[in-house]
Amino acid sequence: MTRSGFVIANLFRRRTRTILTLLSVIMAFLLFGLLQSVNHIFNAGADFVGATRLMVQARVSFTSPLPVSMVPKLEAVPGVARVAYSQWFGGVWQENTPLFVFAIDPLRYRDVYPEYLMPDAQWQEFAHTRTAMIAGRQLANQYGWKIGQKIPISSNIYPQKNGSKAWAFDLVGIFDGKDEDWKKRTNVAFINHDYFDEANQFGKGRANFFILELTDANRAEAVSRTVDAMFENSPDETKTQTEKDFNLGFVKQVGDIGLIVRWILFAVFFTLLLVVGNTMAQSVRERVPELAVLKTLGFTDGSVLGFVLAEAVALCLFGGLLGLLLATTLGAMVEKGTGGQFALRLDVSVWLIGIAAIVLMSIAVGLLPALRARRLRIVDALAGR
Amino acid sequence: MSESMVQVRSVTKVYERGKQKIEVLHGLTLDIPKGDFVALMGPSGSGKTTLLNLIGGLDKPTSGEIVVGGSRIDQLSSGQLAHWRAHNVGFVFQFYNLMPVLSAEGNVELPLLLTRLSAAQRRKNVAVALQVVGLADRAKHKPRELSGGQEQRVAIARALVSDPQLLVCDEPTGDLDRKTAEEILGLLQVLNREHGKTIVIVTHDPKAAEFARRTLHLEKGQLLEQAA
Repeated sequence: MTRSGFVIANLFRRRTRTILTLLSVIMAFLLFGLLQSVNHIFNAGADFVGATRLMVQARVSFTSPLPVSMVPKLEAVPGVARVAYSQWFGGVWQENTPLFVFAIDPLRYRDVYPEYLMPDAQWQEFAHTRTAMIAGRQLANQYGWKIGQKIPISSNIYPQKNGSKAWAFDLVGIFDGKDEDWKKRTNVAFINHDYFDEANQFGKGRANFFILELTDANRAEAVSRTVDAMFENSPDETKTQTEKDFNLGFVKQVGDIGLIVRWILFAVFFTLLLVVGNTMAQSVRERVPELAVLKTLGFTDGSVLGFVLAEAVALCLFGGLLGLLLATTLGAMVEKGTGGQFALRLDVSVWLIGIAAIVLMSIAVGLLPALRARRLRIVDALAGR
Repeated sequence: MSESMVQVRSVTKVYERGKQKIEVLHGLTLDIPKGDFVALMGPSGSGKTTLLNLIGGLDKPTSGEIVVGGSRIDQLSSGQLAHWRAHNVGFVFQFYNLMPVLSAEGNVELPLLLTRLSAAQRRKNVAVALQVVGLADRAKHKPRELSGGQEQRVAIARALVSDPQLLVCDEPTGDLDRKTAEEILGLLQVLNREHGKTIVIVTHDPKAAEFARRTLHLEKGQLLEQAA
């Protein structure tokens, strides 16, 4: 037997209680790891490395549409190969099921997104049928849509000219993704922008965002700067970013992600402090005579303090590291599942902050019970006073 | 047996309970030679356990001197006293006070964690101690898997394992039936006679006191007599 063996044996004296406490530590650090990496993603600076497409939106918000007339100017920017544009439709299927539906220019979109696979005949029909709609494989499978069907979709934003928010589209094609990553992004439908633009009651000739296909990935940052500079001080100032940052921007609309993450973590760790602190306090309380016996045998007050503190450290360290490890695994799974769009990666900084949190928490939950153990007077403890 | 193991000189012990001061020992003087086996008897509150705690270095006197094995223990600091206890005295309690999470051998090994012995040497010493108390075959058992008598034997092995010259036992048979109690007392007698351990026990039981070489009676914090 060693001192550490003794600490671990004591830790598991009430197996169920320790396992439950351990689970709460694991869960807290799992959350910590995942939320910290979410925070990290949202706070990270723009990363243009390897970007082959850029998204242009209104500088204020992507909810403010930009004029489609910007297309030729964007096409003229050196480094831009093609331009497509897209308008959020805000579709609702049946009673209240929201759908991702965008109004696009079919052939421009096809050219900019070769990752979406569909027979050319269907692309052509989509382009030449004003009321046409194409749906991704996931979406079509989910609702059992077949080509040739009339799909009734209402818009929670755009009424038609007659005031009705009920729209109907002819499903002329079903597209797939070129690989597993892109197959996961087929939960979306597209309608013809020309028809939408003509039939809706509000603003004409506008799109929420433009997609720039680049001639050279190395020029992404330069193109981004050129585009934003071009429209600076105009009524339609732009914000040009990578697709990845653009997608994150969607989530940011929810609110201040950093603040939300901080509050969640505060709540989690505060609760954890109470749970683990209570476990440690209870553990010391119920073995006061044993601690007194240790002192009787010759262990100093400092050694007894060390034993109790070591139990807190072991509990937090084991649970914390396991939680961070789980977060790393889950993060990698999320990253893989979203095709790299949501890189939930626990980098070194998250691990370092996590380890610092483990140390701080160990001290916070272990110090008071350890000091109590240190202060125990042998004769009083043995006499049950 | 003439060399002194324990010298208690004019010891007074006062406890403070709130604003109340209780003097438990009043200028007590006592000598216990090396190799002696002394039973301390007396009514509840007479100061037996207090005296035992002072001799074992678990507590300090309010005034007076205590010398054990040549060390003036009343002058040691808390840390020095802990170190002194680890090397000079073994304790046996009424309710055994074993660590429930450790096996018999783990319990016996515990005091050896304070030494610089190797793991192999520690295991060897533990085996010898368990053999001395007749529990070599129960080494892997946890306290809850042992009878009261066996638990007390483990506690005695724990007290013995670092080879202290002094054993202090507070009501070591108080929780045992007569037959088991006599076995335990017989074991203490063997340790005293064959291994030369100086033993001081506190007991209420005159039968238990018969196993000692001599009995000291305490009453109201003072030594009444010394009986052969």
